[in-house]
Amino acid sequence: MATVVVPALLRKLTGGRDRVIARGRNIGELVKDLERQFPGFAGHLVENGDIKPSVAVSIDGEMGTGGVLDRVGEASEVFFIPAIGGGWR
Amino acid sequence: MTKKIVVETTINGEPTEFLCEPRQSLLECLRDVLELTGSKEGCLTGDCGACTVIVDGRAACSCLIMGPEAQGKNIQTVEGLATGSTLHVLQQQYLEHASLQCGICTPGFLMSSKALLDRNPHPTEAEIRYALAGNLCRCTGYDKIVRAVMDAAKSAGAKMGTGATTRGPSPKEMTEQFVKEGK
Amino acid sequence: MAASTNGFKVIGTRPVRHDGVDKVTGRAKYGADYAFPGMLHGKVLRSPHAHAIIKSIKTDKASALPGVKAVITAEDWPVLSDKVEQGGEGPVNLAHLSLNLLARDKVLYDGHAVAAVAATSPHIADEALRLIEVDYEILPPVMTVEAAMKPGATIVLPNLRNKEEGPDKQTNIAAHIQFKRGDIEAAFKSADYVVEREFKTAMVHQGYIEPHNAVGIYNADGHGTIYCSTQGTFAVRGLTSALLGMPEGNIKVVPAEIGGGFGGKLTVYLEPLALLLSKKTGRPVKMVMTRGEVLRATGPTSGSTIRCKLGATKDGKLVAAHIWMGYEAGAFPGSPVGAGAMTIVAPYDIPNLLIDAYDVIVNRPKTAAYRAPGASNAAMASETIVDELAEKCGIDPCEFRIMNGAKEGTAQTAGPPYKRIGFLETVEAIKNSPHYKSKLEGPYRGRGVASGFWFNVGLQSSAVVNVHTDGTASLVIGSVDVGGTRAAQAMIVAEVLGIDVNDVRPLVADTDSIGHTDVTGGSRTAVTTGLAVFQASQDVVRQLKERAAKVWEKKPEEVTFENGVLGAKGEGIKPMTVKEIAGRLARTGGPVTGRATVNARSVGPSFASTCVDLEVDPDTGKVQILRATIAQDAGKAIHPSYVEGQMQGGTAQGIGWALNEEYFYDDKGTLRNTGLLDYRMPTCLDVPLIETVIVEVPAPGHPIGSRGVGEVSIVPPLAAVANAIYHATGVRMTELPMSPPRLLKAMLKKRGAAESQAAAAGR
Repeated sequence: MATVVVPALLRKLTGGRDRVIARGRNIGELVKDLERQFPGFAGHLVENGDIKPSVAVSIDGEMGTGGVLDRVGEASEVFFIPAIGGGWR
Repeated sequence: MTKKIVVETTINGEPTEFLCEPRQSLLECLRDVLELTGSKEGCLTGDCGACTVIVDGRAACSCLIMGPEAQGKNIQTVEGLATGSTLHVLQQQYLEHASLQCGICTPGFLMSSKALLDRNPHPTEAEIRYALAGNLCRCTGYDKIVRAVMDAAKSAGAKMGTGATTRGPSPKEMTEQFVKEGK
Repeated sequence: MAASTNGFKVIGTRPVRHDGVDKVTGRAKYGADYAFPGMLHGKVLRSPHAHAIIKSIKTDKASALPGVKAVITAEDWPVLSDKVEQGGEGPVNLAHLSLNLLARDKVLYDGHAVAAVAATSPHIADEALRLIEVDYEILPPVMTVEAAMKPGATIVLPNLRNKEEGPDKQTNIAAHIQFKRGDIEAAFKSADYVVEREFKTAMVHQGYIEPHNAVGIYNADGHGTIYCSTQGTFAVRGLTSALLGMPEGNIKVVPAEIGGGFGGKLTVYLEPLALLLSKKTGRPVKMVMTRGEVLRATGPTSGSTIRCKLGATKDGKLVAAHIWMGYEAGAFPGSPVGAGAMTIVAPYDIPNLLIDAYDVIVNRPKTAAYRAPGASNAAMASETIVDELAEKCGIDPCEFRIMNGAKEGTAQTAGPPYKRIGFLETVEAIKNSPHYKSKLEGPYRGRGVASGFWFNVGLQSSAVVNVHTDGTASLVIGSVDVGGTRAAQAMIVAEVLGIDVNDVRPLVADTDSIGHTDVTGGSRTAVTTGLAVFQASQDVVRQLKERAAKVWEKKPEEVTFENGVLGAKGEGIKPMTVKEIAGRLARTGGPVTGRATVNARSVGPSFASTCVDLEVDPDTGKVQILRATIAQDAGKAIHPSYVEGQMQGGTAQGIGWALNEEYFYDDKGTLRNTGLLDYRMPTCLDVPLIETVIVEVPAPGHPIGSRGVGEVSIVPPLAAVANAIYHATGVRMTELPMSPPRLLKAMLKKRGAAESQAAAAGR
């Protein structure tokens, strides 16, 4: 049951809430659960089956490098933030 | 196409003859004709000093001199600074002081520094900054370059050190220096 | 103050760099120094108009000029995409990159590339450009954030859409980013002091002394080699492959030495053109930009408009931030406004904030990264307002920052909490510095302080360490060395292996000779490539222990390794140095090569605080910097001289950005200052010796504790200079650069206002 902090511009999908709970063993499952709860959410984060290059994921304060494969713990805190200095793949 | 011109000159102490088109600058002749690529191209308008060479004892931007103008002149480039395999004291001090980061401006600075020390072996910090003001460096903020030149000048005496703190010349000192140099 | 070595033997010392002698003798080969048999010279034709439709391009006269071997336009390479795209998505939009390198249908800025030629001499290539006939239909240029965002503005990219305005609305706004937490309305109501100002900063260039260059050599077997000065060989390979439609593995990129990048050489401009011209001619093609091309047509950083409102209680607690930021993206999306938004109040613990940031298309060159991209513009706004609030509260500016400073556990702007950071330590270092403690006296003299933040990125790096039979080692890495990192990497090998740093030979290799390595940028090289180097060295140690175990007939776990010496308990076992075991590698299994690859999570971010003393000439508005000190948290400085160099270099660039540098476009959108006389960067007369304090708060999770050091130094100086100008003259400047005409005008206005006030009071 991870806590996802909702990016400011997506709070219109969550009824204004800035923190929501979602389930998943990894980021991919988490995003699917978020889409189930808040239709339209996933399209802002995922494209071609992976996290968009313009989005970075922070899990418990560490930046993820595995995209949808990054594991999420039972009480993790997850942020989706704009990617900085993105790599070239 | 215009016929090329034969230019006879002395480069780093060696009598040198080369062929060039009238429209080729001395910088281009050094780099493309003579394969002396140590002098660098940064702006082609004499503003950055990366192409600095010493012509008849005077530091000059080789991008502002046309190839044929080198006829009969005595030219020193960075390739001639060391003596055989022994580095010039300026080269040694630049290395000790970590005065280069990317190194592209370094040949130009070395030649400007040499021209300065050849005519003024014991310059003050203000005099060094004035002499080097025609050479741009974007990496270092000039600090370690100035320290290296000061230590090269003092090479027999006490070193300035890499991490020491000193005050720079104030505007008043700079103005006095300009007046002194007659500019 | 020198950094301590802290139990390390090599890390923290100052050896002469391994590539030093080549660089002081002119032997080092930069991209423009390469020459090959049969080589041609390439040049690019560029648009003289800021915004125009290309009606036709006629190249036959150019092709017919004796000496010209090929002429290309966008027709000569693949169309990457022409569908409607979302703006601001992805760090690299290949369709936009392709259009930027060779325009199709429209030109979007003065200098936009339209065609390229290859000829037997650069002079003939120049003549050929003059023979290419382009028919333009000129359109009105859109040059500022305000003009571009106005309803009814001329649209620059007809296919651009953004999520908020929807699929049917043409727009110049490529992206909107927002950060929000707490309740700013209530918080501002509770504040005793609220300061709000609008800032405008001008577009500026990284100003590297070496222009862009590339040599492309295409072989008949479909393989190509590119020699170029770049910050990222693998980036050049990937982008060139995409733009030309060639398999990535068919392109080898060889890194020349690079004469400065600062973020501006993370992308491609000439490389794909040179390779395509080589393909068309069957000969190597060399291309070098002129300074004018560099300024007009590479990637300066955004000019910006920032409205910043901060509120504090009278005891000096910051309670709220409300910020609007519009950054120029240039002709294609991708300004660093997101980073600007995430850094603008990063040093502070502010519970209530609302930040709206916009990426805006204008008819200027496509912006590229410039050292902590987006952060300096932002800090100019926030750090001057912090100074104003500190003054209103009657609190010393260093104290104010300490009171509000972020520490471990503070929520960053984007939300995640900071791990262990050194912001407060940098402010304390300034506060306790001889500079800050000294008295500054004299008219029109002032002192200013400011702080800054930059993330450091992780990304991917590879490293290989080969042990030679004489006990020396060669280190192969893919990270281009812009400022001395190959020496730092060699020091890591020397430290782990317990050998002399001069017995390690570092080599920056081409894309076939080393595993994938991401760019030299994002302050990642010493830290993340350093991590790969560290792990590769540990791999060597593991293997050396196995070899010693073989010699001594022991198990590897029974072998110890300390300070370069292998040992084990047992009768008659004599310890062996690395040199000794190296002589026995053939008999114990063959050569030893250690290797490691990493995809690192972002490692420790960096903070810097800067103090500047200056004097203003009241008659001309000219500013002379008298003294400058920067304190920066490096985690652990591997080679302190090069860390100091990064700190001093960024400070000087920041001073130039603050006082003189700007892009000057006329009303037709033509860039008027295309040379280094009028694009005025600091000379050594413009800056004093720059005092450095390396603060070391180790980054958690890194074996050496290093943090990135390359960028953050450029973030504080703009505001530090602006604050010092205020304290010298009483004038709060909100427009950059604070060049003599602008500052003089502001001082005269203040004097005039003061005089009329005095006159009115006198009546």
